[in-house]
Amino acid sequence: MAHDTAHALHPPTATGLDTRKLAIWTFIGSECLFFATLISNYLVYKGESLVGPLPHETSQCMLHGQMTTCEPIFEIPLVTFGTAVLLFSSFFVVLALNGAQQGNRKKLIGWLSATVVCGLFFIGMQVYEFYHFYHKGLGYTTNLFGSSFYTLTGFHGTHVTLGVIWLATMLVLAIRGKVPPEKSLNLEIAALYWHFVDVVWIVIFPVVYLMR
Amino acid sequence: MDAQVATHEHAHPGPALYLRVAVILFVMTALEVLAFEVSHRPSMPLHELVQPLLNEILIILSAAKFALVAMFYMHLKQDSKIFSGLFVFPLIIAAVLIVALLLLFSYLRLLHPAA
Repeated sequence: MAHDTAHALHPPTATGLDTRKLAIWTFIGSECLFFATLISNYLVYKGESLVGPLPHETSQCMLHGQMTTCEPIFEIPLVTFGTAVLLFSSFFVVLALNGAQQGNRKKLIGWLSATVVCGLFFIGMQVYEFYHFYHKGLGYTTNLFGSSFYTLTGFHGTHVTLGVIWLATMLVLAIRGKVPPEKSLNLEIAALYWHFVDVVWIVIFPVVYLMR
Repeated sequence: MDAQVATHEHAHPGPALYLRVAVILFVMTALEVLAFEVSHRPSMPLHELVQPLLNEILIILSAAKFALVAMFYMHLKQDSKIFSGLFVFPLIIAAVLIVALLLLFSYLRLLHPAA
């Protein structure tokens, strides 16, 4: 089948597995530890901020050089929508991979385009959120919440951006007809990275936005 | 060698299963947000029940979502167990790291409340 054909193009390995796929899983394993440190950092400093703005509580904060009362900063409906979009992008990329493995170019290009659009929407949502928070008085060094929040979600956003660039590159290759079934593993590796970015957000969303 | 590869990596599931997983993920996300809203609004039904269990509910739902994506979208259910090992082993270390740091900082705050 097409999926196995992709592996047959490469020389045999001691494990019988494609070394590129082994490499991306090793990289993903190391990324788990990277995000674990950032999530730990956020949780350790959760609720330790001395001044606002704060995620769920009304607080006293410095805005335009004056102490003022700040409303809770999070906008749950917007982030929930962004989360749903990211989850659906994972669904779209597996459909694109399915199309690539079947040699269905139209399906591959269509679903891969949808994935890239979803990724761009998520990045846009995060840029809007950061801009909005900054104008509500939450800078990177305003309080412990700001520092740990921007570090965690900023690194995740960077990963999403890299994923979008990677998938957009695959889309251009697909449009040029350079992702035939025997090269579908190239898309599978990009998709694995994209799914990892998605599972990290599956953890970040409740930990940062919903938990007490 | 091709036969050897075929024994390690099996065919991926089809679009119907992917769609079912997507719907389940969407419903679970909706449940997470619903639990959050119920716990923050005393006027909502089940508030008394959900509020003290909010974190536990969110951990269970997000763990289930994580497992669904890893098993079906990342194909760990069908692919070689070596890939599962490469992913799950660091995940266990990551979980231990998070719990250890939370316990350590809680202990330090007990020792030095003002710090």
